[in-house]
Amino acid sequence: MRRIISILMENEPGALSRVVALFSQRGYNIETLTVAPTEDPTLSRLTMTTTGDEYKIEQITKHLNKLIEVVKLVDLTEGAHIEREIMLMKIKATGAQRAEVKRTVDIFRGQIVDVTATVYTVQLTGTTDKLEAFINAIGETQVLEVVRSGVSGIARGEKVLSL
Amino acid sequence: MEMLSGADMVVRALQEEGVEYIFGYPGGSVLHIYDALFQQDKVSHILVRHEQAATHAADGYARATGKPGVVMVTSGPGATNAITGLATAFMDSIPMIVLSGQVRSDWIGDDAFQETDMIGVSRPVVKHSFMVRDPKDIPEIFKKAFYIATTGRPGPVLIDIPKDHTAPNKTFPYEYPKKVKLRSYAPVTRGHSGQIRKAVEELLKAKRPVIYAGGGVVQGEASEALTKLAHKLNFPVTNTLMGLGAYPGTDRQFLGMLGMHGTYEANMAMHSADVILAAGARLDDRVTNSTKKFCPGAKLIHIDIDPASISKNVAAHIPIVGPVRQVLDEMLAMLDEQDSEPDHKALERWWQEIDGWREFHGLRYETNENGPMKPQQVVQALYKATDGKAYVTSDVGQHQMFAAQFYKFDRPRQWINSGGLGTMGFGLPAAMGVQFAFPDAVVACVTGEGSIQMNIQELSTCLQYGLPVKIININNQALGMVRQWQDMQYGGRHSQSYMESLPDFVKLAEAYGHVGFKVEKFEDLEGAMNEAFSLKDRLVFMDIYVDPTEHVYPMHIADGAMRDMWLSKTERT
Ligand SMILES: Cc1cc2nc3c(=O)[nH]c(=O)nc-3n(C[C@H](O)[C@H](O)[C@H](O)COP(=O)(O)OP(=O)(O)OC[C@H]3O[C@@H](n4cnc5c(N)ncnc54)[C@H](O)[C@@H]3O)c2cc1C
Ligand SMILES: Cc1ncc(C[n+]2csc(CCOP(=O)(O)OP(=O)(O)O)c2C)c(N)n1
Ligand SMILES: [Mg+2]
Repeated sequence: MRRIISILMENEPGALSRVVALFSQRGYNIETLTVAPTEDPTLSRLTMTTTGDEYKIEQITKHLNKLIEVVKLVDLTEGAHIEREIMLMKIKATGAQRAEVKRTVDIFRGQIVDVTATVYTVQLTGTTDKLEAFINAIGETQVLEVVRSGVSGIARGEKVLSL
Repeated sequence: MEMLSGADMVVRALQEEGVEYIFGYPGGSVLHIYDALFQQDKVSHILVRHEQAATHAADGYARATGKPGVVMVTSGPGATNAITGLATAFMDSIPMIVLSGQVRSDWIGDDAFQETDMIGVSRPVVKHSFMVRDPKDIPEIFKKAFYIATTGRPGPVLIDIPKDHTAPNKTFPYEYPKKVKLRSYAPVTRGHSGQIRKAVEELLKAKRPVIYAGGGVVQGEASEALTKLAHKLNFPVTNTLMGLGAYPGTDRQFLGMLGMHGTYEANMAMHSADVILAAGARLDDRVTNSTKKFCPGAKLIHIDIDPASISKNVAAHIPIVGPVRQVLDEMLAMLDEQDSEPDHKALERWWQEIDGWREFHGLRYETNENGPMKPQQVVQALYKATDGKAYVTSDVGQHQMFAAQFYKFDRPRQWINSGGLGTMGFGLPAAMGVQFAFPDAVVACVTGEGSIQMNIQELSTCLQYGLPVKIININNQALGMVRQWQDMQYGGRHSQSYMESLPDFVKLAEAYGHVGFKVEKFEDLEGAMNEAFSLKDRLVFMDIYVDPTEHVYPMHIADGAMRDMWLSKTERT
């Protein structure tokens, strides 16, 4: 089962390494990881996606909560939520392909953010599924480079993760 | 505000925390702190002979007193030598503070002389760690470190201090905080009353209950509550290796230790139980045997202060997160107010069954007529010579199991051993820590000729501080525990488990300025023990030769249930 775990933690040196080390120490896997300070500069928000059965996820959240620097934690996948990932991508765009790529970008509501005679640089935001669907639609042979931010997420409705 | 140097702040912080002893070893990066220590007399520094021993001594002090043990080491090799001791304390949830020197802050990352990323190296074996980045943070860091080490599930905390932050010529405002401010750390202080009530109902209905109590009861000062509850309900009690002493070992309701080398009656009772009350125990693999076959008919009530211990290895039916003493007290209060009684009829039948197991196979061993002594006899002689009242520390191996089985511990904190990490070399330095905590107490270290050689240099520390520890070296001329596994699982091929070229331990003890006895015959054992313990102000090294072929039984049959045991070399359940 894929889970999105969102953490508020002290914005201190060493805190991130503790979170990451926990995963390797205890044999859990991290699929994506994003981290940045919040509106309160003493706090960082970290979002990670991981997979595991219910038992494993319970252990992961318990151990994360035990880390002294972790202030709050929520498993976003337990409720309705919004998830987004941003992707930047260089795509071969020559000849007939050029128009075709542009059409696909439009269908996926991406933006072309840089252009050369042979390459489009495309920005696309969405769920992991959508980004993957886009890569498939473009076709691997056309793709020159992909950089993805990893998943960020937030709960729907009035629930907020704050102090 | 008062102005102090970083080094003086460190020493003052230790004083504010009421630290009596700091176990350590000097070196370049901590010299400013050593100089500050020299100029005061509230905190006594104990100079060990190896940093690993400093950590175990602090650990022994902590286990015996419940107060955190404190260690200081220099950067690089001093710090890395402390890792085994940190890991030992971490696995057994022991409160400890380790101060490690670090190279000057502007050299960090440059592969400076004696630089080790101690925060990184120690990360998996500490409860938390701090790097001092600014000397003015020292008071707050110390306050937090002691608080974190001693509350919730206790554990070791490391403070890494770059040398320039303790420089004597730079001073900073000093005020020791009265309170800790930690928004991200709030250990549970009460169990959920609804859960506790559910648990009490389950206990009252139980027909075949067992209380399985562990190290958390010792750590959490809950022995009295546990004993009251067990007596009130007339329930049998078993202890883990870490829990021995949490319930009086000579009490009729005590079944002995459970688990891999637990008693027949404890393991049979667990397997047959309908309700198990696990209190401050973590269902370790040395206890459960195969978790799939673990106690098939039992409802598990699990009290632990650490939610991560609950349902980690075995799913709990009634989880209770909270301090075990508060939870047991609340259970007692509920029982009083309800004025309800357990199922006495069923309990009577249950006790008959348990007594049957006790009779069939209580702890026992074969003695040799004229042949070599048995290790169990040594532990029994120790028990007798010390009237069952000594603090007993132990190393790791067969001798540890024999001590656990045959010395009946009546008090919590009386039995001090490394259970989770199983660290050979723990016993002697731990005994030093206990002896510092209680100078007048009788302290015995049960060890083996393998383990004792892992921190033998501490005999020198014992001389320096006049520590009259009694070393009971159960000498089977083998890495006995390894040899036992080789006998049972590797066709008797004793690969590297034989200790050749043993030193003359008597001469060795004498060379270090102590007394040494060698005992080879059973008829000399009692006399030698009594003589050793009559030398109240001397360390005595008793080198006692025993049967090298002896095995520890019972022993769980791997991947079986709790009831699947070898009872001797030839009998099994
Ligand atoms: C050679 C060898 C053989 C061994 N054989 C056995 C054996 O046969 N039987 C056996 O039992 N062990 C054996 N062990 C030890 C084993 O490895 C474990 O160390 C031991 O079983 C753990 O004991 P415990 O469950 O009491 O947990 P501990 O490690 O003592 O942990 C205590 C638990 O209590 C919790 N706790 C702490 N404070 C509180 C509080 N205030 N309130 C509530 N909860 C609290 C903690 O969170 C933790 O979960 C052996 C070890 C060695 C080296
Ligand atoms: C530091 C360390 N190294 C290795 C082991 C593995 N080990 C466990 S028991 C044991 C043998 C201990 O021998 P001894 O101290 O003579 O005790 P005995 O079993 O003979 O009583 C060994 C090597 C360990 N527990 N700790
Ligand atoms: Mg031996």
